[in-house]
Amino acid sequence: MTQTPERAATSTSGGARIVDFLDAVQRKVQERASTLPTVAALIIFVAMIVYGEIAYGRIVQFSTLSNLLINNAHLVILAVGLTFVILTGGIDLSVGAIIAFSSVAGVMLSNAGWNPYVVILLMILIGSAMGLASGILIQYFNVQPFIATLAMMFLARGLASMLSTVPERLGDDSAIRAFATQWKIIDGPKVNDLVVTPGVLIAAIVVAIGFFVLHRTRTGRTVYAIGGSEQSAELMGLPVHVTKLWIYVISGTLAGIASVVYTSRLGIAQNITGIGWELDAIAAVVIGGTLLTGGAGYVLGSVVGALVLGLMNVLITRDGGIRPEMTTIITGSILFIFVMLQRGVIGRGR
Amino acid sequence: MSEPLPIVEMESISISFPGVKALDKVDFRLFPGEVHTLMGENGAGKSTLIKALTGVYKIDSGDIVIAGQSRRLTGTADAQAAGIATVYQEVNLCANLSIGENVMLGHEVRGPLGINWSATHRAAQAALDGMGLGHLDPRQPLATLSLAVQQLVAISRAMVTKTKVLILDEPTSSLDAHEVAGLFTVIRRLRDQGVAILFVSHFLDQVYAISDRLTVLRNGQYVGEYSTRELDRSMLISKMIGKDVETLRGIGSERRANHRSPGDEPLLRAEKIGRKGSIEPTDVTLHRGEILGFAGLLGSGRTELARLLCGADRPDTGRVWMRGKRTEVSNPKAGLDNRIAFSSENRRDEGIIRDLTVRENLVLAVQAKRGWARPIPRREQDALVSKYITALNVRPADPERPIKNLSGGNQQKVLLGRWLATQPDLLILDEPTRGIDVGAKAEIQLTVAQLADDGVSVVFISSELEEVVRLSDRILVLKDHRRIAELENGPGVNADTIVDIIASEVQEEVGA
Repeated sequence: MTQTPERAATSTSGGARIVDFLDAVQRKVQERASTLPTVAALIIFVAMIVYGEIAYGRIVQFSTLSNLLINNAHLVILAVGLTFVILTGGIDLSVGAIIAFSSVAGVMLSNAGWNPYVVILLMILIGSAMGLASGILIQYFNVQPFIATLAMMFLARGLASMLSTVPERLGDDSAIRAFATQWKIIDGPKVNDLVVTPGVLIAAIVVAIGFFVLHRTRTGRTVYAIGGSEQSAELMGLPVHVTKLWIYVISGTLAGIASVVYTSRLGIAQNITGIGWELDAIAAVVIGGTLLTGGAGYVLGSVVGALVLGLMNVLITRDGGIRPEMTTIITGSILFIFVMLQRGVIGRGR
Repeated sequence: MSEPLPIVEMESISISFPGVKALDKVDFRLFPGEVHTLMGENGAGKSTLIKALTGVYKIDSGDIVIAGQSRRLTGTADAQAAGIATVYQEVNLCANLSIGENVMLGHEVRGPLGINWSATHRAAQAALDGMGLGHLDPRQPLATLSLAVQQLVAISRAMVTKTKVLILDEPTSSLDAHEVAGLFTVIRRLRDQGVAILFVSHFLDQVYAISDRLTVLRNGQYVGEYSTRELDRSMLISKMIGKDVETLRGIGSERRANHRSPGDEPLLRAEKIGRKGSIEPTDVTLHRGEILGFAGLLGSGRTELARLLCGADRPDTGRVWMRGKRTEVSNPKAGLDNRIAFSSENRRDEGIIRDLTVRENLVLAVQAKRGWARPIPRREQDALVSKYITALNVRPADPERPIKNLSGGNQQKVLLGRWLATQPDLLILDEPTRGIDVGAKAEIQLTVAQLADDGVSVVFISSELEEVVRLSDRILVLKDHRRIAELENGPGVNADTIVDIIASEVQEEVGA
């Protein structure tokens, strides 16, 4: 990967440098075929931005990109959680319903006059508790992850509906809304400002921690090992059981955090919030290059995947000619292409 | 040998599973700096003993003393902490990770910023150097390595944890001779460093090449501990199977003595049957009560020809006569209707159905022959199953046990029973003795010989030429997807004869 000194010295011209760079990328990709889908996701993301800018304009500007991040912060957080789960070869279908339950419970408690910080903590802990329940079902009762989290999904959705079936509005003065405060980083002309909310910041921190845990801790390495071969991981003496439990707690907790971020932005909670979001998050993870069978993938890829989905919605809105109903078809097509791409990569790896 | 203190001492270990006594008061001891081989047939209790030592199975009674301390291990991690590491037959590494990551998994070097990857890779490199794998780059994906090298990587991994006892469970079963030599160099080096090595293998040559001491188990019982130098091979085999070796040696001569000249009407006559890309047009003739051996290297077309004969694949050329009548054997059902049974070489994928019981596996073919609309009454099933369990000496003799819990040799016996239950006139056995131990092998060979005496025609395929020569009346030699010779077995024909034919390939139709 590192250039030899002579080569670096001779390649001073821009063209040669680009060739060198492409060479290095190619070598890197060959060395790790598993990075290919993630690289492809990045390329598609960039291509979508370029296409959007040329076709509709006003894409590469602060306000659009800021909104993209702000509106998808919760999806990014969910995608990080699902990356952990999917890396082990599991699945978590409960995250969307957890958001509904946590969000409705949070808003109602807040409106009932509870301390907002206690409420926020509780909203997150609701997620952790549901994740823990899934994890226990999977690890100690030997329930398939699909079934266990499906059960938790129904449970959480049902609990949310029991609390309320109408939109619950968060009080305008609630401290929870602070997570949606818009901080102007760069004050551009007209409304073209670079804006960041605490929600976006939280998403960034979650991504950073997720990256650290997966790549720089033994727990993270165990996650990859389980995805590679659970039996081998166990025979290598790795703490497979505890780790698998943790995975679902992490996913649930992040769903709780996503709920806080989303609720603060919208200010409304409803029992039907978040239907299908677990599938959006899974789509983001897969588009980002994580293998659905586990063992290969990157948190940063999932972030790109979430942003690809978000950007797609922006482009469809801008186009105006595409009916919004088409969105899911396009999402499905992108997903299909990525899964095919992954198959190709696996096929070549063997 | 001076007698230092043993690093592992297992005393009168017993383990029972529902219905079976897997280990019955077995003793085992292991000294630092020795290679100690655990010998026994399939199902003798070798794996169970290893799993007891590594804490995978709980022992019912007995004592495990490791380095002077009585221990009750609770799992792999616990065993590792006690200095015991195991490398299994199927290399248990993660193919999705790099070499270095695999070596260091769970033992990564950590700094203030989490795992320090460059230090971790340096440590991995050092561990690989110690195994003579210094040329490997720990950052390369593991999947690029051959199985043999992966095995050495697994041993490197074991040595990272300061292992004092290294268990190698059938490490050589998928390696070629050269790779085995490489593995043995490493084993000797570790032994000289004072590591105690527990070795399990079916290959007697390898056992004699590497081990200092042997412990023999039979049917879950302790037979004895011997110094390798003091116990010769035939003694060892008879201790393992509890029978005299002469019985084994007798099969071949017995067969030839009983050999009758074939009648006029062949059971099967195939003319120029072939299939594009798998086997060139070939003639095959088989008389009643005759054993026809297919000899040839792996991939020579042995299996392909067998599959054409039984209807598993459809021939595109040639004609077949069964009992003098023109017949089309175009699918396995047609094969069964013509009383042809085929036992595949791929026991795991094309033979047993892992989660079904011995009984269910055994009656499958008979049921298929009758058709699904007419289920076999339970009483009839039980009678059938107990007949074959007794006849073939399936152990444990429990028809309701899932077949996956049986050893390979016993699974093979059940499969043999499955096909015998259909009362075939022609039985095609593709590698029926692969990967099973001496005792079960002898039993299967005996059964085949008896079947032929009872008038069943057998096609016998095996990579072990000695076995083919011992059993067959005639031998068809294949090479590169075509028949290169056919010879009558008899005095003067031995494995070398066939090797010569395959190597030179000048003779056609060698008579004897």
